[in-house]
Amino acid sequence: MLRLENLTRRFGETVAVDGVSLEVPAGEFLTLLGPSGCGKTTTLRMIAGFETPTSGRVVVGDRDVSALPPQKRDVGMVFQNYALCPHLDVWENVAFGLKSRGDRRDGIGPSVDRALALAEMGPYARRRVQALSGGQQQRVALARALAPEPPLLLLDEPLSNLDAALRERTRDELRALLKRLGMTAIFVTHDQEEAFALSDRIAVLDRGRLQQLGAPEELYASPANAFVAAFLGRANFIAGTVESADGAMGIVRLAAGPAWRARLAAGASPGAAVRVMARPESLRITPADTGDALRGTVRDRRFAGAATFYHVELGDGTDALVQGRPGEAEPGGAVGLALHDGAEPVAFPAERA
Amino acid sequence: MGRIRRPHLALAIPVAVVLLWLVLYPNLFVLADSFRGEGGATTEHYARFLGSASEREALWNSVWISLASVLLSGLIGIPLAFLFARRDFPGRRVFGALAAMPVLLPPLVGTISFMFLYGESGFLTRGVQELLGMERAPWRLSGAWAVLLVHAYTMYVYFYLFTSAGLSRLDAGYAEAAAALGAGRWTTLRRVTLPMLAPAIGGAALLVFMTSMASFSAPYVFGGGFRVLTTQLYNSKLNGEDGLVAVEAVVLVVTSLVFLWLLQRYEGKREYTGAGKGLGAAPPARGGRTWPLTLGSALAVGFLLLPHATVLLVSLVPEGTWTIQALPPEYSAENYTRLASEPERLVPVLNSLKMATLATLANVVFAYAAAYLLARGKGRSRGWVSALVVLPWALPGTVLAVALASTFSVDRPLAGRFVLVGTFAILPLAYFIRNIPLVTRAALASFRQLDPALEEAAASLGASRLTTARRVVLPLVLPGLAAGALLAFVTALGEFVASILLYTHRTRPISVEMLSRLRGFDFGGAAAYGMILILLVAVVFALGGRNVSGGTG
Repeated sequence: MLRLENLTRRFGETVAVDGVSLEVPAGEFLTLLGPSGCGKTTTLRMIAGFETPTSGRVVVGDRDVSALPPQKRDVGMVFQNYALCPHLDVWENVAFGLKSRGDRRDGIGPSVDRALALAEMGPYARRRVQALSGGQQQRVALARALAPEPPLLLLDEPLSNLDAALRERTRDELRALLKRLGMTAIFVTHDQEEAFALSDRIAVLDRGRLQQLGAPEELYASPANAFVAAFLGRANFIAGTVESADGAMGIVRLAAGPAWRARLAAGASPGAAVRVMARPESLRITPADTGDALRGTVRDRRFAGAATFYHVELGDGTDALVQGRPGEAEPGGAVGLALHDGAEPVAFPAERA
Repeated sequence: MGRIRRPHLALAIPVAVVLLWLVLYPNLFVLADSFRGEGGATTEHYARFLGSASEREALWNSVWISLASVLLSGLIGIPLAFLFARRDFPGRRVFGALAAMPVLLPPLVGTISFMFLYGESGFLTRGVQELLGMERAPWRLSGAWAVLLVHAYTMYVYFYLFTSAGLSRLDAGYAEAAAALGAGRWTTLRRVTLPMLAPAIGGAALLVFMTSMASFSAPYVFGGGFRVLTTQLYNSKLNGEDGLVAVEAVVLVVTSLVFLWLLQRYEGKREYTGAGKGLGAAPPARGGRTWPLTLGSALAVGFLLLPHATVLLVSLVPEGTWTIQALPPEYSAENYTRLASEPERLVPVLNSLKMATLATLANVVFAYAAAYLLARGKGRSRGWVSALVVLPWALPGTVLAVALASTFSVDRPLAGRFVLVGTFAILPLAYFIRNIPLVTRAALASFRQLDPALEEAAASLGASRLTTARRVVLPLVLPGLAAGALLAFVTALGEFVASILLYTHRTRPISVEMLSRLRGFDFGGAAAYGMILILLVAVVFALGGRNVSGGTG
């Protein structure tokens, strides 16, 4: 449905987007995820046609749209601040795209009503947009983008202006709606939780480059590099050296003594200095004198409902975050850290920060 | 890249043509004329200017009368603004609005009303004379003091309006913070409030300075032996001394430009923007004895409205009935009814309406394009556009008239020169150029508030650029554009300074007709035209105020 080929955008000296290639099949919900300045918004704007690629191609369906202006691309977009026309009412805003396209007058009405019904904004058709709440404006913006039934929908952080409670609900409704319509959608966000909840696949971007593309579970369990590991969820990094390799897996001798079985990322060959990434839920607290455990001191404890998180300071000063049960350890107490059975830490070459 | 920029180019070319051909080019002609001698380039005109005591005196007079006008206008306008913004008393709103009334008086009408009021045989002068049983008029409204008085009356409004606007934007939180830090009322005023108002006050000061540098009506009517550059220029023009005219124009423009440059430096340095959500402006203080304030402002406003009342009164005097009496002996609506019965009398009114409409339409189209470029364009060309757009502001009307007269009096199409002098087109052209800065700035303010995402949203919905402009951009910038257009229309309606140098009998506007009636001692007829101007201006403001605020809420 959408194909980006080696897409690059330079602004003077800076490279905002650096050779991004990816393919999105019809009906997929893909998220471009990354910290601010990673190039995700520039990528989205190149797909929409607001930015011209320095090199590379944007292909929608089987049409190369790289040289087309936004008007000719047939791509819907929902803007971060919604960009609704304040001088038009809800209905007129949603009808805008259909009128621009030159639809017949009697065809516009039903299409607008249908789009408003999808966004559950039917009863508000004649309201002024400024009279609506943020959540309602977001729905109108969505209805407006959907009304011309574009084959591809772009969403630029459309939830970031909503408050936390509304955001979660809107997020789930948005996904349900787009799935029901079988919409192909590209979504930009810097919020990994949002990306997890919404996406079929996530493209993680950093400094203009595509770091990894995959399903949320895959990215979380097997990050391609330390950046992806650290950006998606919480990650602990513990220094060590690869002792032996056995296919994708290997034994890593941690600097503090114990040996862990870990998946080896590219470049982590026997003898290489590595940083072993373990998620908080991969670690468990053991008594301090357990053999072959990391030793540390509990610095802080944070209750988070379903679980309790412990900050444990390791011998080399590293702060490790461990998910456990309430009352397992007290601040100030000496504890050991071990891996849960079946946990699969990942070893990254040490020089990759 | 090219694709994104191309629409800018389509606007940039006409904007550049207008700015270079109509704004810059005629002035370069004046500059060239100032160096043109019988046998090639010469500085003899400059030598003559500098060698002449009366020319040097005129330059000095222009500068000091302008500085004095700034001072006096400020002393009236700023305290008035504080009074109406900070103290609550019965009638505050009404008087506050009435205090801006001089804005309804086009410069020439204001000047003439002063003549009827404070002139040698003016109502007030005669009144005082008879009250005190004096044999001669207690004062003569002539010379520097007269000019200064008229300037202060017509120009304090800038200080009043700018300071009022500044005060209404000034967050009360700052003053409260200063008070919490132990600052007394005076310290707060001196160290917090006034510095934060500095941009507004500075802007008004320079506006007044420029306006009085360019002022022609007041020194022309009241100057007597008091020379200023604008009147010198007018006289030289009548005497056909083209070289000297050019030098005087250059000196006038350079002086104005120096002060405009100072303004922009000043504006650039001082820009305060309140951070975050504020408390809003301080509410006016209640309590205390309020009747002296009500009485005082009633008197002040009464004084400010005297000129309007005078024009109304005199406009009811039939031609030839008022000679030596203190008050006119007869009143009738004759001067108005004759407008209907004698078509020739209506011509100037129709001329002014036609020419002002034409000029304003051109201003709106140009301002839309220029403001779009300034708000959305990128790069170096933007600096040039922005500089050329404000240039007409630094050009006194007399200079502009001279520049247009010398550029568009010959037919040389290859040099971009055509005969426009003597045609209907020349006055609207002059009005258009004079109002470029005003309308463009108003439009620019609206464009700056327009979220660029709106245009992108329209484009992603398939709207062509034209559709986007028509259905999204135009409706949203319309209030600002309309406000600028109204001011431009009103200014063009009453324009006198450039008109008097460029008009022909067939195209004479209201202001010129007024002056010629006055010259023929038809005071009533002149005042009736003045009254028509006042009413037209008032109607435009009343209609405009409603439309502009009601447009998009």
